[in-house]
Amino acid sequence: MSIFTRGFSGRGRDNNPALPPGQYLTEDFPVLSAGPTPRIDTDVWEFTITTESGTVHRWNWEQLMALPIEDIHTDIHCVTRWSKLATGWRGVSLDTLFADVDTSYEYVMEHSYGGYTTNVPLADLLDGQAWIAFEFEGEPLDPEHGGPARLLLPHLYFWKSAKWIRGLTMMAEDQPGFWEQNGYHMYGDPFKEERYW
Amino acid sequence: MVTSGWKVGTVTATRTQTPTGRSIDLAVPGWPGNVAGQHVDVRLTAPDGYRAVRSYSLASSGPGESIQLAVDRLPEGEVSPYLVDDLRPGDQLEFRGPLGGWFVWRPEQVENVQLIGGGSGVVPLVAMVRSHAAGGSAAKFRLLYSVRAPEDAFFADELAALANDTFELTWAYTRTVPAGWPTPPGRVNRELVERVTFAPSPNLMTFICGPTGFVEAVSNILVDTGHDPARVKTERFGGA
Repeated sequence: MSIFTRGFSGRGRDNNPALPPGQYLTEDFPVLSAGPTPRIDTDVWEFTITTESGTVHRWNWEQLMALPIEDIHTDIHCVTRWSKLATGWRGVSLDTLFADVDTSYEYVMEHSYGGYTTNVPLADLLDGQAWIAFEFEGEPLDPEHGGPARLLLPHLYFWKSAKWIRGLTMMAEDQPGFWEQNGYHMYGDPFKEERYW
Repeated sequence: MVTSGWKVGTVTATRTQTPTGRSIDLAVPGWPGNVAGQHVDVRLTAPDGYRAVRSYSLASSGPGESIQLAVDRLPEGEVSPYLVDDLRPGDQLEFRGPLGGWFVWRPEQVENVQLIGGGSGVVPLVAMVRSHAAGGSAAKFRLLYSVRAPEDAFFADELAALANDTFELTWAYTRTVPAGWPTPPGRVNRELVERVTFAPSPNLMTFICGPTGFVEAVSNILVDTGHDPARVKTERFGGA
C-alpha cells in the first residue's frame, strides 16, 4: 500500500543517475564510527594479509609508500543515505598488495585498529576495485575519516571501507563483521539497496 | 530484528521542544517495539510519487505501537524542515525498523551508564533514560547534556523530573547560561568531564551522541583520562 505525506514536496530532487536509489547528495563529509577515533602513528602502523597457511604478508608505512600509488576518482555511498560524487583519493591498489599472496579462500575479514571488522568477498577487493587509501582531496587522511590509512572499496556501502585498516584475514566462508552482526547486510551493494538484513 | 517492509504511521501529536526542534508522536500499527537507542528509517512520499528517506533516532522504547521521534531542523535539509514546521496530527509517514544493534541499552544491563549528549544528539539517550526509569533498574545513570542555551534543550522538564538517586543530570551551556548559573558558558572540557562523569571502570558503559566535532572532542577526553575505548560507544552526525 502506498500513502502520501500531506504537504511534502521534497526539494532536493537529486536526479543524478550516479546516485543509487534512496541516497541524497552531500557536499559535507559526515563521520560514522562506533567508538572513539584511534590515533595511530605511522611509525608504528603496519598492514598485514594473513592466509590459511598462516603466512603473514606485512608492510610498514615506508614499505607501503614505496609501492605504486594511484590517483582514485570515485563516488562514495554511506548506508545512512548520503553520497559524495567525484571524490579524490590516493592509495595503493589491493591488486598490488595481493600480487604475491597465495590463497584458495574466497572471503576476507577486514580488521581495524580499535577492533572494528567487516567482511567482503575477495573478488570485490581485486581488479582495480579497492585500495589502501591515505590521502583525501590532496591532504593526509584525517583520523576521523580513517587516517592514517583506510580501505577504499567504493562500489559497496562505505562501512565496508574499514577505517584505520590494519589487516586482512582470508576466510573459507563468509562470516559477519561488526556492523553485519549488528543488523547490516552481508554484502552491501548500494545500487541494490542492500542496507539491512 | 524485524526490518522488512514499510509500516504506515499516523501523527498523533507534536510538541515544540526548542526554537528549531520538536518531538513527534506517532501510532504505527504493527510496530514490533524497540530497544532504547535504536533508530528508524522514515519515508515521505510527495503527491507526484517522489520519495525521500531519512534515519532518525527514536526517543521511545519498549513494546507497543506508539513511537516518538525528536527532530532538529537543518536549514539546508530536505526532510527536517518539513517535519519540524509543516507536519501535523493526522499526517502519514512510513517507517521501517527498528534498526541498529550497537548503540543500545537494555534494561537487563547492570553496569553503570554514562550518557553524554550534544544538542539533538540527546534523543537516543533520552530513550535510555526513560527505559532505565521505567524498568526500575538498579544501574546508576548519569547524563551530561551540552546545549548552546537553556531553550535549546530537548525534553528539559522531563529530564529534570526524572533526576533521582539513580539518575544524575548535569547541564553544560556553551553560549548562554541561565540566570544565576555559577559558571560562564563554555564547551565541555576535561575539567568538567572529570568532575561530573563517572571515573573509568570496567563496570561502566558510556554512550556519546551529538555533532561530529562534539563527539570527537568528548570521546578524546575520555580516552585521554583512562577510559577503555571499547566501553565508549559513539553516534555522530554531520561532517568533519
